[in-house]
Amino acid sequence: MIINHPLLGPRDSQEFTYLGDASLIERPDWQAEDADDQFHDYVYLRDNPAGEHRELWFHETGDRSWLVVTRNTLTHDITKVEMARDVARAKGRSK
Amino acid sequence: MAYSGLRVIKEALTGHKGWKPTWRDPAPKSSYDFIIIGGGGHGLATAYYLAKEFGEHRVAVIEKGWIGGGNVGRNTTIVRSNYLLDGNEPFYEYSLKLWEGLEQDFNYNAMISQRGILNLIHTDAQRDAFTRRGNAMMLNGADAELLTTDQIRAEYPFLNFNDARFPIKGGLAQRRGGTVRHDAVAWGYARGADRRGVDIIQNCEVTGFRIENGKCLGVETTKGFIAGGKVGCAVAGSSGRLMAKANMRLPIESHVLQAFVSEGLKPVLPGVITFGAGHFYCSQSDKGGLVFGGDIDGYNSYAQRGNLPAIEDVCESGMALIPALGRVRLLRAWGGIMDMSMDGSPIIDKTHIDGLYFNGGWCYGGFKATPASGMAYAHLLATGRPHETATAYRFDRFRRGYIIDEKGMGAQPNLH
Repeated sequence: MIINHPLLGPRDSQEFTYLGDASLIERPDWQAEDADDQFHDYVYLRDNPAGEHRELWFHETGDRSWLVVTRNTLTHDITKVEMARDVARAKGRSK
Repeated sequence: MAYSGLRVIKEALTGHKGWKPTWRDPAPKSSYDFIIIGGGGHGLATAYYLAKEFGEHRVAVIEKGWIGGGNVGRNTTIVRSNYLLDGNEPFYEYSLKLWEGLEQDFNYNAMISQRGILNLIHTDAQRDAFTRRGNAMMLNGADAELLTTDQIRAEYPFLNFNDARFPIKGGLAQRRGGTVRHDAVAWGYARGADRRGVDIIQNCEVTGFRIENGKCLGVETTKGFIAGGKVGCAVAGSSGRLMAKANMRLPIESHVLQAFVSEGLKPVLPGVITFGAGHFYCSQSDKGGLVFGGDIDGYNSYAQRGNLPAIEDVCESGMALIPALGRVRLLRAWGGIMDMSMDGSPIIDKTHIDGLYFNGGWCYGGFKATPASGMAYAHLLATGRPHETATAYRFDRFRRGYIIDEKGMGAQPNLH
């Protein structure tokens, strides 16, 4: 698989390590009333779809940036690659 | 369909016109006491033991494609019970004991070959860890034997003993481990279940569950609605897809694992060997091909095919262990979809929906578990209580903090 890095252009997927579903960006609020339940779901449960999947890849042997890759789990086609930083900021995260 | 030597001779002389299908091809009835979704090894074993051990005959197995066409037909055929943790080892040892009596039990030749499995040791720390594991195995009634380098050299003289980075310093052997003719397991269970009245319904896809007031009443299929007293899912690999139809999210990711077979060779590899410094395991099939595999590709996939980096990694590990592999040609590679659970261990449990049961999360170790999984699942379905060897395989173990993390990797499915 070739991942089209937004800054570096097309790179072999071997340069990356895989973390999993992009929802892992959205860490729950530890002060919420139901933080226990939220963290259980956050850490352990997955949508695991057959089809389009947004997922986190880390450019370990490259520029060490985190990417959100949209990839089809039935065909391995990659349709969109974003900087995870931009995705997080668009959700209102500042750090 | 019964087989005998006499029958083979008779059929040979009469043009093989007398062979009949081994199991029926029934249309689904309107209702069953038990519906098993998934006609793979675990689903068929469950139906077989429901009928044989628990006297339940109103049972249907519903399969989207053909039986035995999924992971029971795609694995590397190894059976063993060399686990460490209390939640796992009694279950896998029970499974190995069932394997040992399986051919007599279902009267079908599954070519069970207890040729032994050897896990190689490359560092002193690994020897300590394997010694501990061997002790844990023996405490649970399994056999384990720590071998020296000289003992291994006598059995496997062609291994790379003096590798600069990963010298072989010993091994942990389980002599009762070995290989099984995987397709015959599906066929044997299917025939045994069919003979006891189980309806095996192929080419019938489950499209949804009928759930009312928190109770599962049956399944919607491409052949219409089928009512079921209890519905058991056994579709490891596709668990995420199926359970989404019941609005359930699982502690599982689906990943692709590749396996390989080489051209046929004369007998060279007497048992199953595993490399301790990378992920590589290898045995020789009765046709002569070396059957081997290694790590999963490492990203979510339902594609049943992998990519070249994983193939390269497996072949590199193989070459590090058996340099002579470099002269062997690779014949075939294929992929199967694994339910990679969050702690690397399976789930056999009720769901929060009344009458809906779940069996999955087998990671890439489901084949060896087939008989015990079927027995434990049948026990759960028939009695409502977990089998004594499968009490740890619960959904809520993650919430309660009782994860069974055999590899100590945490909630990282692609690392188990």
